[in-house]
Formats: sequence, structure tokens, C-alpha cells
Amino acid sequence: MLIAILTITGLATAFGLLLGYANIRFHVEGDPVTDQIEALLPQTQCGQCGFAGCRPYAEAIAGGESEINLCPPGGEATMIALSDLLGRDPVPLSEETAEEKPKAIALIKEQECIGCTLCLQACPVDAIIGAAKQMHVVIASECTGCERCLPPCPVDCIVMEPISQESGGWRWPFPDSEHPEIVSAPPQ
Amino acid sequence: MYVESSKGKIRRLWDFHGGLHLPDNKRQSLQTDLTSATMPARLILPLRQHIGEPAIPLVKPGDRVLKGEKIADNTAPVCAPIHAPTSGIIKGIEAHSIPHPSGLNGPAIVLEVDGKDEWADLPAPINDFQNVDKSLLLQRIREAGIVGLGGATFPAAIKLNPGKAIRTLIINGAECEPFITCDDLLMQGAPDRILNGVRILQHILGAEECLIGIEDNKPDAISTLRSHLTDDEPIEVVRIPTLYPSGGEKQLIRILTGQEVPSGGFPAQLGVICHNVATTAAIADAVLEGRPLISRLVTLTGEGIANPCNMEVPLGITAADLIEQAGGYTGKSSQLIVGGPMMGFNLSTDQVPITKGSNCLLAPSEEEVPTTGSALACIRCGRCAEVCPVNLLPQQMYWFSRAKELEKVQDYNLFDCIECGCCSHVCPSHIPLVHYFRFAKTESWAKEKELQAADHAKKRHDFRIARLERLDAERKARLRKKKEDLGKKKPVKPAAKGEDAKKAAIEAAMKRAATKKAAQQSPPKNTDNLTPAQQKQVDAVDKHRAETTADQE
Repeated sequence: MLIAILTITGLATAFGLLLGYANIRFHVEGDPVTDQIEALLPQTQCGQCGFAGCRPYAEAIAGGESEINLCPPGGEATMIALSDLLGRDPVPLSEETAEEKPKAIALIKEQECIGCTLCLQACPVDAIIGAAKQMHVVIASECTGCERCLPPCPVDCIVMEPISQESGGWRWPFPDSEHPEIVSAPPQ
Repeated sequence: MYVESSKGKIRRLWDFHGGLHLPDNKRQSLQTDLTSATMPARLILPLRQHIGEPAIPLVKPGDRVLKGEKIADNTAPVCAPIHAPTSGIIKGIEAHSIPHPSGLNGPAIVLEVDGKDEWADLPAPINDFQNVDKSLLLQRIREAGIVGLGGATFPAAIKLNPGKAIRTLIINGAECEPFITCDDLLMQGAPDRILNGVRILQHILGAEECLIGIEDNKPDAISTLRSHLTDDEPIEVVRIPTLYPSGGEKQLIRILTGQEVPSGGFPAQLGVICHNVATTAAIADAVLEGRPLISRLVTLTGEGIANPCNMEVPLGITAADLIEQAGGYTGKSSQLIVGGPMMGFNLSTDQVPITKGSNCLLAPSEEEVPTTGSALACIRCGRCAEVCPVNLLPQQMYWFSRAKELEKVQDYNLFDCIECGCCSHVCPSHIPLVHYFRFAKTESWAKEKELQAADHAKKRHDFRIARLERLDAERKARLRKKKEDLGKKKPVKPAAKGEDAKKAAIEAAMKRAATKKAAQQSPPKNTDNLTPAQQKQVDAVDKHRAETTADQE
């Protein structure tokens, strides 16, 4: 009896030490699940999910505090990807979230800008340049279209311009099986 | 299979998987001799006529340009310049319909032709190219705006600089797609240009042997080229069996050398480079005559066109102009295709210009190229896999593309698909397989691009957060230091100064403040002498500002 107790205690101590050592030796900095979730988010940092940015939203999902259907720029594709990753059931997007907007970037109406620098402070990716009492301008190639600069502007001089589609970035549409592959008008 | 090549040598030929024997329909456009198109009143020159970055205009509306003058270029590594096909006035740089499957408009230079056809100063001909440095020849080819004229439109100078030792140069005269005959006529009509181009390419690449592969349905082209070869040259004209798509780059390499280009790889890895015959002829023109690429041969064919023929046309002429010169429409066709029936795409308007990559305008009747009806369900017959020249499994790829499972389609080597159209052609259910694969390809590229954009935005966001934290820390440090300094200074009384000095200092400070105030009150200097229009604009903006401020209050 005593031998059995001693053996079990000894084994428990040995494994406990081993696990304790492993925990220190193979310690992972940060939360890998959060990183994986963050990698799926579109990184527009728009805050439309109700969190301060993509990272805080990822942390909230990882902590189980938040639903996975709150990201409007990611849309359904992001929601499905998150449900695949986390093994959660897909949740339908709420009506306002599901509404697909065409991709747009911010444009400052130059005549109306008073140079207040409020939008500069709001931009999460530093895509607006300008200084106090100088005209501001959006760097089009860096703008993610998050719309965070719209509310702070005191003179409403920022508008969202949809990105014009040109043949360079054109995608083939999904084939419509109900109709012939390519519909073409007969040449006149 | 073994054939006798031009040198009297017996060459072994290999075959590739699949392929189709199609009715070649080449006879129609070979009835008449090659003619030159008459110059229209207006030419449309799209800025994107090649793979890579679009060219940037070097001219502005109103400029007069001469024939052969460079009018657009770009310093990006993958780009080809564009030249004026004739002399005239630049009318504008605007969005115009271009030959693109989307039917979307693209930026183009519009040239109003003045009819004088006046040449610009061309670079001097390089006749002894054997003794000239390779880089000079490559530069000449680049500056001439030459791209792959078989349809891929990849800038030729880049392809000629593979950075690897090249053993075999393959010249593609297969022209395997039905209806198209422009390469055939070029080989019959200008064998010297092609062979000179081959010699230049061989010099540039240092290739030991050169094989010109021509399908055996073009016996005249084969005999003409053979008769123009000299005996001591390492150039062979090889007759290959007619089988679609033997004119595909990888298929032709397989037929002539037995080697297979690895998935995702390039022919140069095998020591092989492949160029089209028309590209070769254009290179000869550029080097031996200094002439840039401003025209090309185009086949006009199909029962929908009154006089099917081949024409040498200036780049930028519209399809409508060209078809009118070929006798106009007969009304027997309901579609207009640019390229061949297998790989070409339908145009929604005939106002599109001919670009460097347009080799054929096809207006087929319903019997020649039937329009596919509605797609039926896949019956898993497997015929698509039997005919695929790249050994893919189109049926599996179809299911995954339809389910939009892009990663799975890529696992089935989606990007090795050459979009030859064999699978769609044989499908008994009329499933537009190639369309599905094109969808999956462009969708995958867009996904990739989005991921990169997200990564970039994240980097900028992280940098911003780090910057704000740093600034905050610096501000706090400054405050702390100030506080400490103040604490230190307190016990040390400032050196006593006379009353007068103190008074003078106060007065000076007040004076400074007064001037500053005066300067601030002076009105802005740029609002004098405004035009009424400017004044109106200023008023409108002021009003909008006042309204929004009032709203917010």
C-alpha cells in the first residue's frame, strides 16, 4: 500500500516537474489563436465591428466575447473563414453588415478643407498628409477605405470615391449556368 | 514518330497528351493574296497592348507625331513602348473600348491621321549584327516595342534575356488554331525576314540549334522556308503533325525536344526559348531597318465577312474599318471573335482597335462555330481529362471552381492550365469549363492581392501605434526633465539685475507681441483681385462651412 502511494506520488511529482519545465522552456509569446484570427481579418482597422481595430476584435473573438459576424469589409467570406478556423457554427451576417459596398477610398475636397488635422489623427494607417492650416490630401494607394476620417471632419469635406473598375484588375465573372457563357451583341 | 527535317536529317518527334483534330477552316482566308489595309482617318492606340505595366503617354493632345515616333513608354521593367503607326495629330488621350474580354474601356491615344505618312528619324540599321554587343541588340528590340505576336504579348526583349544558357531556339510557326492563317502567309511571303530574325536571335542567345516547327497543313510555308535556308546554317525547318494545340509553347517544346516544362517553370530552365514567327520577323525589321512595331498581319475570316483575307494593318485601326475593307458583313454571323474559335473571346462592339496581340477577326456562321447552349449537368464522362494537353483533371477542377474552393483548384494545378479550350470543346454537357478556370484564376489573383494589401495596412497600422507610443513616451520624458530642472533651479536665485534691465526686457516683449498681433490681423494676401467665378467658389465653400458648423452645434 505504502509503496503504491509513494510510486504514484513520485510519478506525479516527476511529471509535474516535467510539465512545469516544458511550460517555461516552450513558452509561446502572445496568443497564437489571436494571430491566426487576425490574419483572416481584412486589416482595414475600420472599427465597424465595435472594437478599436482588427487586433482588438481578434482578441475578443479568441476570448469568446464576440460573435464572428461583425466584420463588414470582410463580409461573408471572412465569417466563413473564421467559422472554419474556430470550429464555430457560421452565423448569418446582420443586415447592415451584409450590405456589400463597392470598394471606395477617401477623397478630400480640397477647396473646403480648413486644415484642422482631425482626420490625420483619425487615420489608422497614416494615409493622410497635411499640417495645421494646410490643405490635407489622402494618399490613394495607402487608403484602406475604412471611413474613420469621415466623422471627425468639422466641415464634411471628405467623400468616399468608389474605385473605378478598369480592365487591368478585372475578374472573370462566375459562369452563369442558366445562360450561354458569353452574351454578345451581334455587331452592327 | 520520325520526320525528315530540312537538313536531310531524321529527327525524332514526341507527342503530348490529349489534343484535338479540329476542322482547320484555313482555306477560306487563303483564297486571296495578302493586301495592305488603307489607312483610316483615325487610329486608336491603347496604352496596354502588352503584358506588364501600361505605357505612359509621351505626347499631349495637339502634338504632331511622325510615323514610327515613340508616343508612349514606361520605365517599369516589364513594359513595351508604343509608336505612331503613321504621321498625324494627337487628338486626345481618353478611355476607349479595347479588345478585352470584359468589354471595359481602357486608356488609349487617339491619333488623327494626316495622310502624309511621313517617317520620323529611325535609328540606324545594324547590318553586321554578328559583331555587335548583345545588349545593344536587346535595347533595340525593346525600343522597337516588340512583344510576342502569337497572342501572349510578352515583351520580347525580356524573354531574350533569360540569364541561363540556351541550347535550342524554337520558332513557332505551328499556327494550330483553326481559321487563322496570318503566320502561314507571312512564312510564304517573307521568309527572308523570318530567317534574318532567327539569325539575330541565335546570335543574341548563343543557341546551338534552331528548330522552326510548322504544322503539316502548311506545305507551302515549309517548302518556302526550306528553299531560303543556306546549307551551313544550324537552322532546321521541322514538319510536325497537325494537332491542336501543338502551337502552345510548352506543347511545341515537347513535340520538338521531348522535354517537358515543369509545372510553374519556364522553358529557359530547359535551355529552350520559343518565339513566334511574326515576332521574329518584327525583330529583323527593328534590327536591320530600325523600324519599330507599327503594323501586323491580321486574318479576317468566317462566313460573316464578305471577302475573307489577310491584311497587313496599322496598329490602332478599328475592327469595323477593317471589316468594311474586307467587303463588310454578310449577316451570316451573330458573333465577332478576336483570336481563334478556341482561345479567342467575343467582342461586344466592333469599334475596338487592332492591337499588337490581335491576330484574327473571326465572324463565324452558326455551322462554323456553334454557340453553346445552356450547360447541362456534368455526367463525369472524363473526356475533358482525355483531351487535356497539360494532363490536368478539368472535371475535378470544375467542381472546385464551382464551389469557389480556390485552394483546392490550385492543388489540381489550376495555374498550369493554358486555356486552350479543348475540354470545353469536347464536353457533351456544354459546360464552359475554361470560363470556370479563368474565373478561378482571376479570383485567386485578386485574393492574393487583397492579402498583400491587408498585410501592408497592418504594417502601417502597427507602425503608427508604435510611433504614437514613442511620441507619448518622449513627451512624458520631456515633462519630467522640465520638472526636475525647475526643482533644481528654485534654490538658485537668478542673478539680481538692475531695475532698468528688467523694464527694458518687458518693453521689448510687449513690442514683439504688438508686431505679431499686427501681422496676424493683416488679411490673407491671396484673396485680392479674384475673378467673379473664384469669388463665387469661395462664397459657396464659406456657406457650406458655415452650414455644417451650424449643424454640428
